[in-house]
Amino acid sequence: MTRAAAVILRKDLRIELRTRESVPAMALFAVTVYVLLHFGLDRDTLDGDLASGVLWVTLLLATVLAVNRLFANEREDGALDGLLLAPIDRTALYLAKAAALFLYLVLLELVAVPAFALLLLSPGLGGALPELLAVLLVADLGLAAIGALVAALAAETRVRELVVPLFLLPLLVPVVIAGASATEPLLAAPQEAEGLGGWLAFLALYDTVFVLVSLAVFDFLLED
Amino acid sequence: MSDGVGAARAASPEAAAAHEEVVPPSGNNPVVELERLERRYGERAALQGVSVRIEAGTTLGVFGPNGAGKTTLLRVLAGLLRPHGGTARVAGASLPEEAWKLRGRVGYLGHEPLLYRELTGRENLRFHARLHGVPTDRVEALLAAVGMEQRGHDPVRELSRGMVQRVAAARAVLHDPPLLLLDEPRAGLDIAAAALLEPLLGRSSGRTRVLVTHDVEAGLSECDAVLGLRAGRQTLRAPAAEVAPARLRELYA
Repeated sequence: MTRAAAVILRKDLRIELRTRESVPAMALFAVTVYVLLHFGLDRDTLDGDLASGVLWVTLLLATVLAVNRLFANEREDGALDGLLLAPIDRTALYLAKAAALFLYLVLLELVAVPAFALLLLSPGLGGALPELLAVLLVADLGLAAIGALVAALAAETRVRELVVPLFLLPLLVPVVIAGASATEPLLAAPQEAEGLGGWLAFLALYDTVFVLVSLAVFDFLLED
Repeated sequence: MSDGVGAARAASPEAAAAHEEVVPPSGNNPVVELERLERRYGERAALQGVSVRIEAGTTLGVFGPNGAGKTTLLRVLAGLLRPHGGTARVAGASLPEEAWKLRGRVGYLGHEPLLYRELTGRENLRFHARLHGVPTDRVEALLAAVGMEQRGHDPVRELSRGMVQRVAAARAVLHDPPLLLLDEPRAGLDIAAAALLEPLLGRSSGRTRVLVTHDVEAGLSECDAVLGLRAGRQTLRAPAAEVAPARLRELYA
């Protein structure tokens, strides 16, 4: 299963490198939002809970863009049928899509987090960067696990642009709550890591539950 | 293509006679056995009461007007659509319970090429070869066989329709499947390209085939048995040698 997943993931990354349809769009969206907030808010800088909320909601909405595109190549020219006809476990497709989305999110954050710090953050990232990266990576696993599941659910529907946000956003609320709560003290002045362990544990548990649920139901989602 | 139309046709003397014509099994090694197969889309019956048996190494030609259920039949046989009634056994797998057994045992060439536009023909075939566990040197052999070794490095989106069809044909036989499901396989091909694909997809390939085509004369010449569909119902089933082209054309009237 992991070999087939690696083959599909490599194909997806090759197509993304060629078309540059997902990651640049996500990054551009996030940076644009930060620029708009930079000029639109009646404040020069943010910190604490407001900064944390702005960071996470923007990342969440950028995730929606990627989830909408995650099965785009499979939909064109019936390519998904080619995968369904192959002698592979269908969960390999889920693992590949979740891994691709995880990588897209990491690449997004490499651009979006520095832009956020530059345009909006009052205390700067400073010494809290390792803790922030830990929260982002654990949250990204959840975003990717749930995003790949919802992308598959929406892949064969005609109204996928509606289905994705309607299913994805409610499922991601706990991730955003935990991510924002864990990040809030890191973005405040003075920076602290208050309650970080608990929120990371919650995120890891939520990730695990959704990976297991997704592996259990993914086959059924691809049934006609 | 309502149920009413189908029912009326099935009740006609001609249709009733067609149902009574049973293709005598020429051997005892069926690759496909369908008994009163049904498939619906919502309330609409796309296939109803289709019974057929295909022996190994033979070709079943499927004829019928647009919307008759030909493509639906192929997709059910490929395991891409679940049957909703009757029994279906394909390449040793009972559908829908054992559809997973069918994966990798069917070569499917449909209306869509099942290729990625942004990848080259060679990359597409290598991708499918890895999924099917096929050595990648077979990719080069097949690209040469379909006359695409020179253009194999071009993205599929830059190829002509005929070239895409050639790569799609190579994809369909890449894993040497025991059963080929072909939906208008020569669509978009010029005469030379069609001849090029003959050893892979044609009668001379020796494969068990289900061939959907609207070309009555050419189709009849390469079939062992004929299945006529109209509004999802089976209106003709007979050995190809006993079917005149004019009778097939009546399906389209």
